[in-house]
Amino acid sequence: MERNVTMIALFAALIAVLGLVPKIDLISGVPITAQSLGVMLCGTVLGARRGALAVLLFVFLVALGLPLLSGGRGGLGVFAGPSVGYIVGFPFAAFVAGWVTEQWRSGVGLSAFAGAILGGIVVLYAFGIPGMALVLGKSLPEAMLLAAPFLAGDIIKAGLAGFITSGIARVRPDMVLSRS
Amino acid sequence: MLTLTSPVETALHRMPAGWKLVGLALATLVVVPMTDLRWIAVAAALVVGLYLMQGVAFAKAGARMLWPLWPFLVVLAVWHAVTGDLVAGFGIALRMLTAIAIANLVTMTTRLDDLIAVVERCARPLVRIGLNPRTLAVAIALVIRFTPVLLLRAGQLMEAWRARSPRRPGWQVVAPLALSALDDAERVAEALRARGGL
Repeated sequence: MERNVTMIALFAALIAVLGLVPKIDLISGVPITAQSLGVMLCGTVLGARRGALAVLLFVFLVALGLPLLSGGRGGLGVFAGPSVGYIVGFPFAAFVAGWVTEQWRSGVGLSAFAGAILGGIVVLYAFGIPGMALVLGKSLPEAMLLAAPFLAGDIIKAGLAGFITSGIARVRPDMVLSRS
Repeated sequence: MLTLTSPVETALHRMPAGWKLVGLALATLVVVPMTDLRWIAVAAALVVGLYLMQGVAFAKAGARMLWPLWPFLVVLAVWHAVTGDLVAGFGIALRMLTAIAIANLVTMTTRLDDLIAVVERCARPLVRIGLNPRTLAVAIALVIRFTPVLLLRAGQLMEAWRARSPRRPGWQVVAPLALSALDDAERVAEALRARGGL
């Protein structure tokens, strides 16, 4: 019980830190936020239920006004902004990423990668694109066009999520809760 | 850890948090479906007036909170310049900024503990489905305490990287950072159990 709560809380903090760390270059020269990598890791490391709860806690604290979103944003205003769909979709993304990692019993790195693609990209975009369409007054295909430039970066992040999850599974096998 | 609450004490700070949240919900319901530029302009003017009534310093801080939205404004401007209906694009941008500014107003004038008190009141019925308010409170406290701790550790990992590599620190620091979060979680869980548990 205590372990569940501390894991959930510490991973919620990890999402925040990955968004706040200023200069992580995922692709050399292009600093993009690693926040969605944190969301993927919550699912692939903690599993569906705990991962989703960690992300839910993070989103909840953003709503309460803590500046935890990438670039130090936060507060109720972000739920009226163009990224509202992505923020609402975060917990669902983590849940699906964790679910795939739990269910597909191949190598942990590969199933974490598949989970991160399905949860962190397919599910997340399914929430994010309609949100952007709504706020920016665009049609769904138009909003998809606006989201397209981020796809390459997100696929790289999914790869990193798989890689990092398998790394953690190697050094702390009993702590990858999605596999225990 | 800093919150986004404004240190400039205003009349709105003294308003009960619950009322502000209800007001925000109503205002959002009114503003978001607006399509007529004239009504949007009226709403925007009202919001600007509301900020200015709290003082110039407060209004400036409010404007700064909208600054991160500039990429979206650029996208809208380019988009509508290409399609040739800049007026429509202006309306959409103004409506978005107005809705966000109203929500930011609540965030800027409501202290974290007041909001947590509202949440606790609203979460009381959830005890029946197994959510203990104390567990939630501990979890919130842990996130607030450990975000700066992990941020510091991320900085140290990046320093260590820079000391050994000519290249800039990259994703390589994420794995040790996640590991240290897992180890911390284990130790904090033990400490909580040793003190009687949740």
